[in-house]
Amino acid sequence: MSEETCDLRELEVLLETFQGKKYPVIPILQKTQSLYGYLPQAALRAISEKTGIALSQLMGVATFYAQFRLTRQGRHLIRICDGTACHVRGAPQNIEAVEDALNVPAGGTSPDYKYSMEIVYCLGSCGLAPIAVVNDQVYGKIDPKTFVEQLKKLE
Amino acid sequence: MRKLASTADWMDLYQQAQNKLAHQRTLPTVYIGMGTCGIAAGAGEIEAIARQELRRHNLQANLIPVGCIGMCFKEPLMDIQLPGWPRVTYANVKPEAVPEIIQNHLLGGKIIEKRALGQLTEPGQQKNKTIPLPEYTELPFYQKQTRIALRNCGLINPEDIESYIAQDGYQALVKVLTSMTPEEVIEEVKNSGLRGRGGAGFQTGIKWEFCQRSPKTPKFVICNADEGDPGAFMDRSILEGDPHSVIEGMLIAAYAIGANYGYIYCRAEYPLAIKRLQIALDQARRYGLLGENILGTDFSFDLELYEGAGAFVCGEETALIASIEGRRGEPRPRPPFPAISGLWKQPSNVNNVKSYALTPQIILHGAEWFSKVGTPRSPGTAIFALTGQVRHTGLIEVPMGITLREIIYEIGGGIPKKKQFKAVQTGGPLGGCLPESALDTPVDFDSLVQAGATMGSGGMIVVDQDTCMVEFAKYFLTFATAESCGKCIPCRMGGQRMLEILSRIALGQGTLTDLDEIEYIARNMREASLCALGQLTPGPVMAALRFFRAEYESHILDKFCPAGVCQGMFRYEINTLNCAGCGLCIKPCPQQAIDGKKKEPHTIDQIRCIRCGVCYEVCNLNAIEIQPAHKQTAASEAG
Repeated sequence: MSEETCDLRELEVLLETFQGKKYPVIPILQKTQSLYGYLPQAALRAISEKTGIALSQLMGVATFYAQFRLTRQGRHLIRICDGTACHVRGAPQNIEAVEDALNVPAGGTSPDYKYSMEIVYCLGSCGLAPIAVVNDQVYGKIDPKTFVEQLKKLE
Repeated sequence: MRKLASTADWMDLYQQAQNKLAHQRTLPTVYIGMGTCGIAAGAGEIEAIARQELRRHNLQANLIPVGCIGMCFKEPLMDIQLPGWPRVTYANVKPEAVPEIIQNHLLGGKIIEKRALGQLTEPGQQKNKTIPLPEYTELPFYQKQTRIALRNCGLINPEDIESYIAQDGYQALVKVLTSMTPEEVIEEVKNSGLRGRGGAGFQTGIKWEFCQRSPKTPKFVICNADEGDPGAFMDRSILEGDPHSVIEGMLIAAYAIGANYGYIYCRAEYPLAIKRLQIALDQARRYGLLGENILGTDFSFDLELYEGAGAFVCGEETALIASIEGRRGEPRPRPPFPAISGLWKQPSNVNNVKSYALTPQIILHGAEWFSKVGTPRSPGTAIFALTGQVRHTGLIEVPMGITLREIIYEIGGGIPKKKQFKAVQTGGPLGGCLPESALDTPVDFDSLVQAGATMGSGGMIVVDQDTCMVEFAKYFLTFATAESCGKCIPCRMGGQRMLEILSRIALGQGTLTDLDEIEYIARNMREASLCALGQLTPGPVMAALRFFRAEYESHILDKFCPAGVCQGMFRYEINTLNCAGCGLCIKPCPQQAIDGKKKEPHTIDQIRCIRCGVCYEVCNLNAIEIQPAHKQTAASEAG
């Protein structure tokens, strides 16, 4: 996990609201994540210092529950299907086109944090192959050129 | 509204709620099913259009969002009720149909028969004689249901406490506070025979008694709303449709065991349930139904909503408690049970959403009334989320003792697309599947276990001939294994090893000794795992092996997946006797592997075919058949 800088002032305000109570670990982490979109290491350190909860406990909890993320995600999640039907219909070309045009590696996030891309296996819509799901919206029969254009239009 | 300080205040509020309902009934009303399922089906748009139409016609009418009435297969649902007339339900409402329904029915008083599904006549309402709409109670989906926990779901506004009070909500709490001792409450629940609806089926009254007799204070009441089974949404529907019933049940439990604080642990994946619970908690607090000195008595109780963070194992009570305490959700050995040493090592009572939702009705109508429903050893009702390959998917509440056949074929309407029933999975990923021969099993805690499955929390998934039982078991095992917390070895390692074996079988690389190996691992997991997750993880595999052993052997010996699911273990062939040469399968084939002239039997190019199954799905004539990939016989392979 690389150390990133993040603005900790808002976090301090957030932690103030929990003061006086026995610090509830999971709600604090949930609120921190909704502040930053993930749990930055600097924030975890700050929480530990402020609340006295051991960093090891915070990390233990953050890695146990599926909800918590330790890396920053892009604003748009692109899931491209590379199941058999989509694969033979050109999914690899689509993946390559998105990687090149939007600078987002498969399974990663673009440097400007606009896109994250995941490769998934069979979304059960082989009749529309090749397909992709972007922010929960389904795109069927995609081709590299138009799909990249559609993605570029996202804010 | 000020806080209620006495039972006289309560009577005022009750009257006020009745008046509000009576006034509401003097106006035409539009109800829209706005549970998560309804919204997913488009209820949000329906509501917006209905609102716009009411404004456009300048109509004095109520527009009331309600929870889920259970008919997922008919969503989105919109009901119209004219003053003095029955409530009429329109099903599968499309946005463009809304203006027509409002124009004709709400304004013109004419029911649009072809769009209407049924009606709900209440006492004092005129029977509508001109149009013979079936009553809800006559619809196949509802005929065999008995709705106790779900009695208000889909009928009242879940975001309005007075809607609940008008339906005798919080009456049971008032009864308990004014006329019953904690011991009498526990006695009543014990006499009702209520068994915990989370899955294990432990006597709720006895659990409360343990906690009440525990000398330490403070004590806690916890509601387990961490419903994590794939294909289960009973608790979500109750929390979204009638959240006050759960709060009232928890209040009664708290009074009985002597607790002053409680938690509702709800999974974060249920944002709407969390929102409605929060609204309900705020309203109850405003009226003083939660807080200090409730109704002027010396009973004080407040509740906090706690969001889970995505861990299936937190449905186990000791893991859930660890999670509230801010730790990893890992179970610990019991005893001590939470009733003795639970949250912050204090006596705690953990029950499921459905158990709490049933409690007020038991108190209100008495133990005897409740125990008359269902069977002697499993009194009351069972709530199921009926899903999978069944015509009527949805949420149902049935008396215990009803058979699986009645649920699947009468309430569920049978298997769609003329396909064959194959199995029904109860108890989710920790349950088991039952075959056709077990369909007459009565549904109750003990009979289902005896038959080889479990009651579980209420998921019921029906599958047809197209489901491979190796793949099906593998699916649940993949889920349970991924959700193992990793604390104890039998669960952590056993699940992994078993999954490897199943994956091998699904790839056609299994051997007969693998089946013995599965049984060996399963025995160890059952005996040695720390909590129910590990103990029950082998359940689906063992049930599948017990009832569908031939299918496993076919994968191992013939390298053939008869359901046509496991890649490389089957191929599609056209049955030339059935094929009419309609051409329906040619275009959708992603590989252009199907060829043939019109009105002549087609053929599949086996080299190009990737077994995606699109042709198999589109063919209406059963002309596409599943055949072994390699023409080998069992004898040649085994020899």
